[in-house]
Amino acid sequence: MTQLPPPPALGCGAAPVLKERGQREVFCGLTGIIWLHRKMQDAFFLVVGSRTCAHLLQSAAGVMIFAEPRFATAILEETDLAGMADAQDELDREVGRLLERRPDIRQLFLVGSCPSEVIKLDLGKAAERLTRVHAPHVRVLNYSGSGIETTFTEGEDACLASMVPVLPRNEARQLLLIGALPDVVEDQALGLLSQMGIDGIRTLPARRADDIPSIGPNTVYALTQPFLGETHAELTRRGARHIPAPLPFGEEGTTAWLSAIAREFGVDRDTFDAVTEAPRARARKAVARATETLQGKRIFFFPDSQLEIPLARFLTRECGMDAVEVGTPYIHRDIVGPDLDLLPAGPTISEGQDVDRQLDRARTARADLTVCGLGLANPLEAEGLTTKWAIELVFTPVHFYEQAGDLAELFARPIRRKEKLKLKEVAE
Amino acid sequence: MKLSVWTYEGPPHVGAMRVATGMTGLHYVLHAPQGDTYADLLFTMIERRNHRPPVTYTTFQARDLGADTADLFRTACEDAVARFDPQAIIVGASCTAELIQDDPGGMAASMGFDIPVIPLELPSYQRKENFGADETFYQIVRALAAPVERTARVTCNILGPTGLGFRHRDDVAEITSLLADMGIEVNVTAPLGASPADIVRMGAAHFNVLLYPETGEAAARHCEKTFGQPYTKTTPIGVGATRDFVAEVLKLAPDAQRPSEAGLRLPWYSESVDSTYLTGKRVFLFGDATHVIAMARVARDEMGFEVAGMGCYNREFARALRKAAKEYGVEPLITDDYLDVERAIEEAAPEMILGTQMERHIGKRLGIPCAVISAPVHVQDYPARYSPIMGFEGANVLFDTLVHPLVMGLEEHLLHMFRDDFEFHDEAGPSHHGGKAVARSEDTAPQAPAPTDAVVWLEAAERELKKIPFFVRPKARRNTEAFAAERGVSEIGVDTLYEAKAHYAR
Repeated sequence: MTQLPPPPALGCGAAPVLKERGQREVFCGLTGIIWLHRKMQDAFFLVVGSRTCAHLLQSAAGVMIFAEPRFATAILEETDLAGMADAQDELDREVGRLLERRPDIRQLFLVGSCPSEVIKLDLGKAAERLTRVHAPHVRVLNYSGSGIETTFTEGEDACLASMVPVLPRNEARQLLLIGALPDVVEDQALGLLSQMGIDGIRTLPARRADDIPSIGPNTVYALTQPFLGETHAELTRRGARHIPAPLPFGEEGTTAWLSAIAREFGVDRDTFDAVTEAPRARARKAVARATETLQGKRIFFFPDSQLEIPLARFLTRECGMDAVEVGTPYIHRDIVGPDLDLLPAGPTISEGQDVDRQLDRARTARADLTVCGLGLANPLEAEGLTTKWAIELVFTPVHFYEQAGDLAELFARPIRRKEKLKLKEVAE
Repeated sequence: MKLSVWTYEGPPHVGAMRVATGMTGLHYVLHAPQGDTYADLLFTMIERRNHRPPVTYTTFQARDLGADTADLFRTACEDAVARFDPQAIIVGASCTAELIQDDPGGMAASMGFDIPVIPLELPSYQRKENFGADETFYQIVRALAAPVERTARVTCNILGPTGLGFRHRDDVAEITSLLADMGIEVNVTAPLGASPADIVRMGAAHFNVLLYPETGEAAARHCEKTFGQPYTKTTPIGVGATRDFVAEVLKLAPDAQRPSEAGLRLPWYSESVDSTYLTGKRVFLFGDATHVIAMARVARDEMGFEVAGMGCYNREFARALRKAAKEYGVEPLITDDYLDVERAIEEAAPEMILGTQMERHIGKRLGIPCAVISAPVHVQDYPARYSPIMGFEGANVLFDTLVHPLVMGLEEHLLHMFRDDFEFHDEAGPSHHGGKAVARSEDTAPQAPAPTDAVVWLEAAERELKKIPFFVRPKARRNTEAFAAERGVSEIGVDTLYEAKAHYAR
């Protein structure tokens, strides 16, 4: 197998975790719709919620609202809160109108929200009923993206997990890649694996309803995102087996991820090296440029997307950064265990959030770079800290070899900008 | 249920946030589920504020629902007061917390804080953002403003500007300086920039200037009733309205003097010959009622445009808008559904749209120039430069704003003269806008004519129509079709096109 740098003498695998509860400055799972609807080209996401939900989607979707997006909110009104029976009728009517207007839709997701969960509107039942009504053309599924149950990227997890139980059964030996990636990134991953002789790979989510994978006891799967705990459990329940690996960020992470799959499929070392050598060299070279800026700089992560642990591993091991605190909304040991083992000991690993106390820690630490959400970024910049807003890490292509340089650059740019701007000098 | 992709207004608690964030020394404790903190970034990103909004969210999760969300609220309240040490707090529920019925107001009131606790009742399933701001400001004023002695000199309060308000920052500066020019000092500007202590002394002013009825009218009425302070009814947007506003202020403060108009340039710019081509340009207006009504007057009386349609998304002001629409002889459009707005714009086929961020996109889709005159707006409409739209400098800003999307007068003339020129043709687009100069496509294949009920465009006529500059083409198409329909002509040829042109010649 290809040589990887040895794991640190002491990783964070056994490090104590600071578990915090309190106020949290995070997005809810509805935000996942923004990238999921771009990935699934014939799916529509109908949120059943309040004006707040519509407003959130609008704020998060920016200009996408205007390109005939395939998502919307059925805004609950006074009358819907009064009696349960007519809420279901209302939903049937709105869905009927929607599907009439958009005949291109093949999958419809009824997405639960805080208000719909609190009034216990049974969207599962609604999905079953509507599937019967609109079969075979449209399949209706249901999941909850509510803030009371999901944090930011967990919305994607809930969505994919809702699809697993209804995947067709299949006895064949096959590989599934799980997690919504930008098409360009997904194609690179499929290309590398097929050069190693691993073919017939399917993805979840698929780009179109017709390409939905099947699953069975001979299926193995690799996760491309750290936040897919629920999906991981559902896949296991269907008899599929997980291939544990660090997540494919940076040259080292991508190589380790690929080699775990290669080992599973008995790819010999020469083939693996022949396929990965050139892109590995490219990735190392691209990362080296950003490393000039990042080397020796201290980084602090606020919790946001669960990408924090794998990214901290990449930035510390490949870019020479020092992590002060790595905050994450939730730690799935099964998934990020390999990354935790590689992450050099030292940083505080925190799970959950009490935002004001964490802000106090960030102010005390005064790291060279603070990774946080958009609600905190400008206020911290105004206090003289350099920040990198986290949501971009979810929307930008950052996985695998060809994006390793771009990923490092996302962190280097705010630091370089701070060094460039000459705004504080006063003329003599 | 109502299917919605885009919403002109957020929920009412976002209006309350706009008041809290505009103020200082006030904290908002909001009972809300995890995720509702998204609203923070409207202030930190779109308005580029350098502080977190003064809002503490309880951020309850599903696991808290079975337990004691009320206790969570109490803890959040205590922590917020201890940490931020505000002069007063406002407390309320977001849409989800409204459903779990914890009564934040009652709880906070019983906690024995030694600062004022102001409960908010904001019905999330009936009302929206502007109501939330108006009601919150009213409750704050009702709770804090005390009867105090009038100031010796004539002073006024400025009411209505908030956080995240469209151009509120510079409107306040402009109107403050206009009043100073008249010899009138501002006692308190609120909510924007005011602390609870400032609200206490609002009663000292002689009268109130209501800048934004959408977010300040309830408080203005309260002050009129409680402190006998009259308030101004004219929104000083545009030259005429600003002069009317001055006249109104002079009635309230007879010893004040007229302000100088030395810096006012809109009238001359509008009279100068390059503006001749603006005459009769058809504009469609949509936004909040106050801005739409004010801008319709600017468009017609100060720019020489023709108002081709107007509407607003805030039902609370529907009556005022209907009245205005009657005056302009157009059908009023009261809706918060952008698809209705899009349909109305398509139908009116204006040459320019004055609207919100949404109309900017509708304009883009339909290929119609657009200027933004009302919230909701995006980050580019919270500019770094001084950009009021009220007062005399505001009028100057408006002239530039309304002219910029259009082709310049001389350029329009040249496009007419050289319309078949190889470089200077309409597909190249106006010279002062972004975008790449496009070589003229030599493709003469007929485009599918727009399907109309009864009228078919013959290929030659369609080609001839394409020779007409792009900014008058929609009008030419519409006029020709109307002309043909009137005469029962079912096929439009080149002759029909020119007969219609002669018929409609102005």
